[in-house]
Amino acid sequence: MKEQQETANRPDNTAFTQQRLPAWQPMLSAGIVIPGFVIIGLAFIGIGIALFVTSQNIQVLERDYTGVENNSPCFKCSDPSTKNCVCKLDFSLDKLFEGPVFFYYGLSNYFQNYRKYGVSRDDRQLSGRLDNFQSPDEGCVPYQYDANNKPIVPCGSVANSLFNDTFKLYQIVNGARKLVPFDGKGIAWWTDHNVKYRNPSITPLKNAFNGTVKPTFWSKPAYELDPSDPANNGFVNQDFLVWMRRAALPDFRKLYRRITEGDYKNGLPAGNYSLEIAYNYPVLDFDGRKKVVFSNVSWMGGKNQFLGIAYLVIGSLCVVMSIVMLIVYAKFKFPDEE
Amino acid sequence: MFRKRPPPEEERRVRANDREYNEKFQYASNCIMTSKYNIITFLPVNLFEQFQEVANTYFLFLLILQLIPQISSLSWFTTIVPLALVLSITAVKDATDDYFRHKSDNQVNNRQSQVLIRGSLQNEKWMNVRVGDIIKLENNQFVAADLLLLSSTEPHGLCYIETAELDGETNMKVRQSVSVTSELGDPNNLATFDGEVVCEPPNNKLDRFCGTLYWRDSKYGLTNQNMLLRGCVLRNTEACYGLVIFAGPDTKLMQNSGRTKFKRTSIDRLMNTLVLWIFGFLVCMGVILAVGNAVWEREVGSLFQSYLPWDPPVDNFLFSAFLSFWSYVIILNTVVPISLYVSVEVIRLGHSYFINWDRQMFCSQFNTAAEARTTTLNEELGQVEYIFSDKTGTLTQNIMSFNKCSINGQAYGEVTDPLEPPPKRLDFTPFNPLADPDFCFYDDTLLESVKVGDLHTHEFFRLLSLCHTVMSEEKSEGELVYKAQSPDEGALVTAARNFGFVFRSRTPGTITITEMGRPVTYTLLAILDFNNIRKRMSVIVRNPEGRIRLYCKGADTLLFERLHPCNQELMNITSDHLNEYAADGLRTLALAYRDLSEEEWEAWSESHRCAGKATDCREDRLAAAYEQIEQDMMLLGATAIEDKLQEGVPETIAILSLANIKIWVLTGDKQETAVNIGYSCKMLTDDMTEVFIISGHTVQSVRQELRRARERMIEVSRGRDGGKEGGVEGWEGACYNGNGFGGGQAGATGGGGGGEKQLQCPPPPGTPPPPPPPSPPPPLPPLPPQPPSTLMDNISGEFALVINGHSLAHALEADMEAEFVLTACACKAVICCRVTPLQKALVVELIKKHKKAVTLAIGDGANDVSMIKSAHIGVGISGQEGIQAVLASDYSFSQFRFLQRLLLVHGRWSYLRMCRFLCYFFYKNFAFTMVHFWFGFFCGFSAQTVYDQYFITLYNIVYTSLPVLAMGIFDQDVPEQRSLEYPKLYEPGQLNLLFNKREFFICIAQGIYTSVVLFFVPYAVLSDATQSTGEPLADYQTFAVTTATALVIVVSVQIALDTGFWTVINHVFVWGSLGCYFTIMFAMHSQTLFIIFPNQFHFVGSAQSTLLQPVVWLTIALATVICIVPVLAFRFLKLDLKPQLSDTVRYTQLVRQKKRKPVGRSMGGVRGGVGSVSEGRLGARGSSRRSGYAFAHQEGFGELITSGKNMRLSSLALATFASRHSSSWIDTLRKKKHAHTHTPPSASGECSPAPSYVSGSVPPLSTSSSVLGGSQDTPVEEGTHTPPVQSAQVDPVPSTHTPPPSAPASEAACVDVVSPTSVRCPGGDSPGGWTLSLGMVQEALFGWKGIAARTSGSSSPGPPSVAKETSNTE
Repeated sequence: MKEQQETANRPDNTAFTQQRLPAWQPMLSAGIVIPGFVIIGLAFIGIGIALFVTSQNIQVLERDYTGVENNSPCFKCSDPSTKNCVCKLDFSLDKLFEGPVFFYYGLSNYFQNYRKYGVSRDDRQLSGRLDNFQSPDEGCVPYQYDANNKPIVPCGSVANSLFNDTFKLYQIVNGARKLVPFDGKGIAWWTDHNVKYRNPSITPLKNAFNGTVKPTFWSKPAYELDPSDPANNGFVNQDFLVWMRRAALPDFRKLYRRITEGDYKNGLPAGNYSLEIAYNYPVLDFDGRKKVVFSNVSWMGGKNQFLGIAYLVIGSLCVVMSIVMLIVYAKFKFPDEE
Repeated sequence: MFRKRPPPEEERRVRANDREYNEKFQYASNCIMTSKYNIITFLPVNLFEQFQEVANTYFLFLLILQLIPQISSLSWFTTIVPLALVLSITAVKDATDDYFRHKSDNQVNNRQSQVLIRGSLQNEKWMNVRVGDIIKLENNQFVAADLLLLSSTEPHGLCYIETAELDGETNMKVRQSVSVTSELGDPNNLATFDGEVVCEPPNNKLDRFCGTLYWRDSKYGLTNQNMLLRGCVLRNTEACYGLVIFAGPDTKLMQNSGRTKFKRTSIDRLMNTLVLWIFGFLVCMGVILAVGNAVWEREVGSLFQSYLPWDPPVDNFLFSAFLSFWSYVIILNTVVPISLYVSVEVIRLGHSYFINWDRQMFCSQFNTAAEARTTTLNEELGQVEYIFSDKTGTLTQNIMSFNKCSINGQAYGEVTDPLEPPPKRLDFTPFNPLADPDFCFYDDTLLESVKVGDLHTHEFFRLLSLCHTVMSEEKSEGELVYKAQSPDEGALVTAARNFGFVFRSRTPGTITITEMGRPVTYTLLAILDFNNIRKRMSVIVRNPEGRIRLYCKGADTLLFERLHPCNQELMNITSDHLNEYAADGLRTLALAYRDLSEEEWEAWSESHRCAGKATDCREDRLAAAYEQIEQDMMLLGATAIEDKLQEGVPETIAILSLANIKIWVLTGDKQETAVNIGYSCKMLTDDMTEVFIISGHTVQSVRQELRRARERMIEVSRGRDGGKEGGVEGWEGACYNGNGFGGGQAGATGGGGGGEKQLQCPPPPGTPPPPPPPSPPPPLPPLPPQPPSTLMDNISGEFALVINGHSLAHALEADMEAEFVLTACACKAVICCRVTPLQKALVVELIKKHKKAVTLAIGDGANDVSMIKSAHIGVGISGQEGIQAVLASDYSFSQFRFLQRLLLVHGRWSYLRMCRFLCYFFYKNFAFTMVHFWFGFFCGFSAQTVYDQYFITLYNIVYTSLPVLAMGIFDQDVPEQRSLEYPKLYEPGQLNLLFNKREFFICIAQGIYTSVVLFFVPYAVLSDATQSTGEPLADYQTFAVTTATALVIVVSVQIALDTGFWTVINHVFVWGSLGCYFTIMFAMHSQTLFIIFPNQFHFVGSAQSTLLQPVVWLTIALATVICIVPVLAFRFLKLDLKPQLSDTVRYTQLVRQKKRKPVGRSMGGVRGGVGSVSEGRLGARGSSRRSGYAFAHQEGFGELITSGKNMRLSSLALATFASRHSSSWIDTLRKKKHAHTHTPPSASGECSPAPSYVSGSVPPLSTSSSVLGGSQDTPVEEGTHTPPVQSAQVDPVPSTHTPPPSAPASEAACVDVVSPTSVRCPGGDSPGGWTLSLGMVQEALFGWKGIAARTSGSSSPGPPSVAKETSNTE
């Protein structure tokens, strides 16, 4: 009994309280580090080669159509005063551009990642809440209400600055223009199309927009964006969705259409092509650039030289480093390693 | 505490038994309140306190910034969630603390005391006691408030108190009531007492009280002698009555205890500096980005207005830049995350719990576990450089035990071979029914000698039973309780009691003892009281047969001078014994008697009476009279009392000094006692080069002594350097001195520790055989640590400094400080004796000021409180002396030896963990935050965050907090037993190597590098990349998810690299954090949440869409490898090229574990050995003579006895005891000064290591020191050997390899072998010349050690070359 009393305050003898928890104590020993470096190095070199080769096989065709230079086909359109200007961009392919071919438009020096630009939208409104049709979010200022104090739908800078150049691609076959069919379905994220952006569940859609006005820069209201497909209107219009997914960097490209149909299922055959551009979007006043890009993809996406090279460089450095470490280790190893 | 205080009192008026009158003054009641809050005030007061912290205010400020829409770059919740978390954690902690304070307050306030109310005694709670009440105290009760002693059950209004809680002194003190009140014996009289006290206002001076009692139209002066202070305990007094003068917060105890100063660790201070720097850095970044924003808005933004018009109020670029600055302050604030402070607290709390939980710091004797009372200082335990230790109760147990004796040339009490089972403790009860059952003695020959009736033995114990000032109390027949003023005396009287000479009782004129069962009453003729100069006391008694005899006990040095010449032979033998005892660190006394004829007595008693009556120079005259009679005495023998060291003290000190921690002993004890303990706990050793004693009484003399000490040090080390190179001086000294050996051998053995010397030394006749080496070899031999690199860093060799309190007072004066520090810090050991509590604190402050080192003060008594509070870390020994020290301390445990574990294990780990934690923490936040900075250049400096705001909110508190916390709490680089085996592992902490400004910049640089990689790799990859479905990956959300994921993975890999000790918890936390990240991210990006809050969760679908892309994973892998590989390579190379000791130890440990898996457990066994080896004083043999007449009490008790004041039955008139008491002390000091100026310190027998015993073995603790020293620099190669074993193996090597000394050397050896015996003489008589040669011997020894240290790395044994050197010099 006495003994029990004497040890009443004795701390528990558990591995935890006595800091004797079983533990793995890794050490940067040569046996782990050097082979590790070799393995990482070799793996990286392997991946690098694969990436590099894959990337080399991807075809990309890029054309600037801003029209800054005098000889540019779109020079005449670059003057902001000209309305409804159409310019033609001709190019030729000397071999098959393998499909599926993706058609992008690109903008440079365009700050979709500017903080205030990014927040200038009303996600409730875009998810189809009618309350926000009548009173858009504060964040949309100055594109919240128009001069007559009517709510703008969709409000905000992002929607207002929707890219509105349109493109038509023709293949010149024996002097005749053959329209290359564009596929505009599913170019936006699935979640954007199905979850994030919703039209109000009112039919016809037009009624939902009663009492609102279209964004200042828009030529047509949101419910008439795609006259050809009634389902592709309102906030779930694919082009609108693509635009609304703002870019991380000031130079970006966005998917415009896929070429997957008809004769062009396997790609664009060699030949001459003409791209008809409805030039509406002014970029020159802020020194921006516009371009179009044709590209195909591999398992790892579009052309990406950097990744392959980076992998090769890092892999080689690892191998070199492992050799250096081996030498150092041989000279200064622990005395009882032998 | 929040009570409104009346204006400060000018004086205090208290009328006894008159509550109405006293109420007018609104004196504080006796209720104490140390708690800070109550239920209502808690929230506002606590919040107010918390927002006084700069960090919290800063985050509040950020929160306000975020509420401004133009600025807000982040949602408000990114700040408020962590802030709320931090505030609530702190609040909970504060609430718990305060709860316990309430509890202890309640407990104290509800103690019962007996208060005299309206003429009757009533039980009242302490808190209800008022100023002016009269309360009754009983024996062993705590005093409830500051009382004026009115009367006592003891005669003359005397009462005894123990003031341990107040000033730490355990001896009893006498308090006496004013004579007029002492007559008011019983409560009835007291109830009518209406005296009025006018006195000083409350203050904190413990030793002073000044007041006047007005009663019945007369005035009585009151002094401290009449006061009983709160915190004291009434002892040896049945009951007493006192008038409450000061109550509650006004008591001297509470006035002294003041608010604890908030201690901050050096890491804290560094952290605060760094945080300020980071703020500066943050502002710089903000400015850069704001300027960028201004330029961008002017050049680009203004043109971009068609798509992004400027806000109406923001229509120029400068204003935009201004707003952008604040926006960036908000998003970059995570470089100083709020979770830093709370994490640091959590880690410290964890470490504190580990201290509390440590079973190896649990003392079953007192049933106390170690306790970390402050949770904020743990890592500083790993940086201690100076330890200031109290002596009594800290190093020693404050238990004196009669250990050995020498009677008529025969030694008793020798402990036999420790290899054999310990002999049985003697059982005295059959022989002597009055024996004290707690008494321990093992040598039955002494008992036999008593039983056979050896006359000398009987006389010896008769002396012990008669010659003392002990009071006895016999509660019931045979149940004796001795009230000794000093534990030494108690031990001696108890010894006599057990051997059949039982001191029963005394009156002023008689002493009754029971001699071998027969009661005998001696007439006490005179007590020749002890004082500091006489160092002896005598009694003159007349036995029943009428023979008059003087019995004397005292310091041998003084006593031997006064012996009859015929004692010469016995004196020599006894002297040998005394030397042995002194070497064992025992406190010795020599005993003698003298027969006096009736005439002699008459004559002397007349002169004594004259001297006693003299008004001038009374002290001197009395001393002369005493001197006159104490002549021609016959030696009886000597006693040896062990001042029991606490278990494991010498080992602890050895290990701590190996860890380069300097230990200073600050004690209120006398110089002799302190030095004695210094020797027995191995702080002072006989192989020290020199021990300096500073005891000057004037500024000049102290200064001179300090200078001389320094000159001597330089001289010696210069001489040694010469000896090393030329081998001239030092070796000449060795040969000349003839230290018992030829030069070569002296070198060989001396260097190795001199263990073998004893073998060649013929045992002196009459002494028992030398003790065999202690069976378990001491775990860690003390390696003389190299002196710190100070101005005097050329000092080599070991010095010690002993300084007296009065000299210290001068040394601490402003102009002497530096000099004192310089001298003291060059010494290995410093002992300050006779220091006051205030001086203790001053010494600590001095070192704090001059050395910028971390100090630790350890003590057990209230007299240590000041030093405990002023040191960086205060440790309280929760032992016997009350709890004041513990209450003031930061850590408490009950054994001094736990200090090694606290510092070397817990402290080291805490420091290591905290440093690693901080490094990683700053790294991860820079890596996290700086990405925003780089992104700023690509987003128009618009303060756009890279990550999702939820990620920003959770990064620090969820995704990355737990793994680093786990590392901060559980990490271990080397196992605990290794930290004790290799005390050098402690050094990085002292040098502050693991986290300093340089390390900080490295972390920051690594963090910035990581952020660069984390931003630019995704930038380069993603800007052109597309999904395999053709959709571009360069959208903002994909970029954010990729970067965030890469970041989390990189910092997780980094923490995995930093974690050296992967327990289950680490695994769970690291993997759990990663899992958490992905889970939460998928949840946040899920459709469900978006549908509920469409405005909050913009990232719907991003995780899914991003993380399915192989390119994203390739990017993350690439970024991770680029971030981690350089770190890995750097660490590997550092480990190979510049391994730290801990790396080496860890490595060896791992190799060992791999080789022999099952060994892992046996380590514990080895360690257990380390802890349990306690051979305290047994290890030392053959050393200087340190006789220790160390009565712990003050003189004056003899007079108290003879005057009969403390006798119940006596009716002798009261004398001016109190005043004499103090004046004599001053006299003593004054005389002591004279004594000391006459004898040079080095020659005074108590302290100087006398030469004749240098030849004895060096304490085994130091035997293998040089060997271990070698093994510290080179990693342990034979992993299977623990250091002690190693040293044992290596030790003999030099001697076997020693070539036979050349002829002259051996000749010298022959001479020398003879010399020790011939010079074996009492140390007190040693001529001054010896001291000089001693120094040379030791120079020689150390000279060799230096060489040994130099050559220990190479395989060629050092000694032969030394031998050659010496022979050359001859």
